[in-house]
Amino acid sequence: MTTKAEAVGHAAGHHAHAALDNLKRGVWVFLASECIVFGSLIGTYLALWGRSTSGPQPHEMLAQVLPETIVATFILLLSGFTMALAVHAVRRGNVGGLQLWTLATIVLGAVFLAFKIKDYAHLVGEGWTFASNIGATTFYTVTGTHAVHLAVGLVWLLAVLVNSLRGRYSSENATAVECAGLYWHFVDMAWMVIFPVIYLLEFAR
Amino acid sequence: MAVAAEKLDLPVRQTRADSGLLGLISTVDHKKIGLLYLFTGILFLVVGGIEALLIRLQLARPLNTVITGETYNQVLTQHGTVMIFFAATPIIWGLFNYVMPIMIGARDVAFPRLNMMSYWCLLWGGVIVNAAWFLGGAVDAGWFAYVPLSSAQFSPGEGMNAYLVGVQLGMLSTMLTSINFVVTILKMRAPGMGLMNMPPLAWFTLMTSILAITAGIPFMVAMLFLMMDRWFGTSFFAPGGGGDVLLWQHLFWIFGHPEVYILLLPALACVSEVLSAFAGKPLFGYKSMVAAISTIGILSWIVWMHHMYTVGAGSPTNTAFVIGTKAVSVPAAIFVFIWLGTLWGGRLRYTLPVHYAVAMMFEFYIGGLTGLVNASSSVDRQFQDNMWIVGHFHFVAIGGIVFGLLAGLTYWWPKMTGFMLNEAIGKPGFWVLFLGFNLTFAPQLVEGLLGMPRRVYTYLPEQGWAGLNAVSSIGAFMQAVGIVILVIALLESVLSRRRATADAWGVGRSLEWSIPSPAPAYNFARLPLVRGHEALWHEKMHGDGKMQPVPDEEDHGRHGNAVHMPSPSFMPAVVGLGLLVAGFGGVLPNVTLAIAGGVVVALGILGWALEDARGYYLVVKEEEA
Repeated sequence: MTTKAEAVGHAAGHHAHAALDNLKRGVWVFLASECIVFGSLIGTYLALWGRSTSGPQPHEMLAQVLPETIVATFILLLSGFTMALAVHAVRRGNVGGLQLWTLATIVLGAVFLAFKIKDYAHLVGEGWTFASNIGATTFYTVTGTHAVHLAVGLVWLLAVLVNSLRGRYSSENATAVECAGLYWHFVDMAWMVIFPVIYLLEFAR
Repeated sequence: MAVAAEKLDLPVRQTRADSGLLGLISTVDHKKIGLLYLFTGILFLVVGGIEALLIRLQLARPLNTVITGETYNQVLTQHGTVMIFFAATPIIWGLFNYVMPIMIGARDVAFPRLNMMSYWCLLWGGVIVNAAWFLGGAVDAGWFAYVPLSSAQFSPGEGMNAYLVGVQLGMLSTMLTSINFVVTILKMRAPGMGLMNMPPLAWFTLMTSILAITAGIPFMVAMLFLMMDRWFGTSFFAPGGGGDVLLWQHLFWIFGHPEVYILLLPALACVSEVLSAFAGKPLFGYKSMVAAISTIGILSWIVWMHHMYTVGAGSPTNTAFVIGTKAVSVPAAIFVFIWLGTLWGGRLRYTLPVHYAVAMMFEFYIGGLTGLVNASSSVDRQFQDNMWIVGHFHFVAIGGIVFGLLAGLTYWWPKMTGFMLNEAIGKPGFWVLFLGFNLTFAPQLVEGLLGMPRRVYTYLPEQGWAGLNAVSSIGAFMQAVGIVILVIALLESVLSRRRATADAWGVGRSLEWSIPSPAPAYNFARLPLVRGHEALWHEKMHGDGKMQPVPDEEDHGRHGNAVHMPSPSFMPAVVGLGLLVAGFGGVLPNVTLAIAGGVVVALGILGWALEDARGYYLVVKEEEA
């Protein structure tokens, strides 16, 4: 025989749990579709690589931002590490750790985004705009799509941080954090493909 | 001790929270959404059908002047676009939405609000595409929208923008629905139902959804590129600026060919269910079916170049794609064998759904055989751009897809509406449609062999195509009559109110026939315990013909005499409205409108995230408790 309070807790908790379980599987399927988004974009970048007919060539322009981009790449890698620590912390019921590492991830992600914005501002300032040539168009399209994904991830992590301050998460209730983590790792990994293909390939000609 | 519903933490209701007109807008019930999809699909089917009739009217005799060449191109483009994206697709999602969750013993889909948002995306996409007629003229670049014909230079008007925005929304709807269905099938099956115990339709839904997720995106990305070319002056598809016109063709057909199977697999699903039910036998070769579905899914990925044999990719490339394309005939033939094996030794009841299903087998076979002919890259050089191709893909698109879906629609109609069809009206309608269909498209195969090109708005008397074209046009109008008779039969069933029982046809084998017609809001008052391969049939053979409920502790949605229901929500409608406004912002193009729409979308998503979506408890009706 269950007491009333226990039964109530069980009922509400169960619906939330089942919905979150579905959410996690949904995120996996969504990320599978995201792989094809970036696959199509990078495929297009490669198909049209080296075809710019006018204007500053991509390798001239990207050489100017390469050092910062290498630093930014390490920062993004580091954010993947802190994200993993955040998920690990909440799984062990360490909500303080979750808040600390989530905040660290947000800061690192924001620094990466700031680097991107600075790079874009520099490149546009040099006259290499979105429609300058096909190299510029595909460069801005691929990296811009990634930056938008990253910004969405930052909003998501902010929501996680706010919810953790409201006491929503525990070791039994960590799925929502895991979903955010999955997405963040995907955005991380997408950059690990984009960076060599776009920034380093230019110097292989 | 069972917990009484009144003691629970969420509101308890006697009637569903989403009744009435506002309730329809805020509903998250997969059954209501399914019916909305079906209604929308049939509406756009009529629009696309009228466009088809205009085409046939113009081609009925040589040098005809019903419509001008320019209008003809517009009508042709709109016919293809509307039929594929806004008629066939919503009818498929409508059937799947209503039937699939019940079949696997679920009370709703995994993401109910997302499901409703998918519907709004599709509806508004269709509205935008058709609104082009009133906004400076519909697009005339073909449903495949090849560049440079669809570029800003050659299609400067709002029509092409409307195509891009509308179809993009339609594709978004398909993506979201597919993600929803994959998770629903993987996570929400009733206790006892393993993947290899699922009804055939659930397998077809799973593969259709996986195909839609994987194949749809390259096309969405291509449309994004074309939008940027048109709106921001980039040169993705402009060779002068370093772009590539063939890039569009590749990205389009990487989607476009799997799309054929995205539309066809649901039709195969309906035929499999209908034949098995009315033959009174389990589907023959269930495991072969699963293998064939998976094979067709994989093969559909490596055949897209057969739409591009004549672009000059060279013999080795073409040969590889010929082999891939011909290989598709193996799983397709397996389906035909599965159906023949199902019918073999069965006692087939010749109901209206069976008429459509058997007709589908026959016409799909012709569609497949003609496809094998033009799958050969050398032969295709002759058939490229002529009426043979039109005949071939309509044998698949109408003979295969539409007949299959009509088999499903008429089969589940009593379940969805609660009313029996009048077969005395439906069957003559079928025969008119069937004869009209063959009269329309068989002559087109011959016209192709005689050299008549497709996409031309007229021809000369001395070219010798007049007789065949006249027959073809007569057939088209017979098809229209057949569809009208079908719609009359559907309306008559609702007006004359012949109540359908739970097992409306008396031949049900899967879970949807174990619950009342139409299905109650919560689907299952008690979750059914699946004890055999065909859940309901197992109980009919080995039990008392009724599903056994699962033990109370496994029925997590049930509390006392009430069932947990998802909360209705207006947020999907708000997001959808924002997308509509932003969409028109893109069509015109008008930056203010686009930003305004974007703001509404953002507010909708915010509201979505913040609203209380914990649901409520709906008290089960006495007779179903």
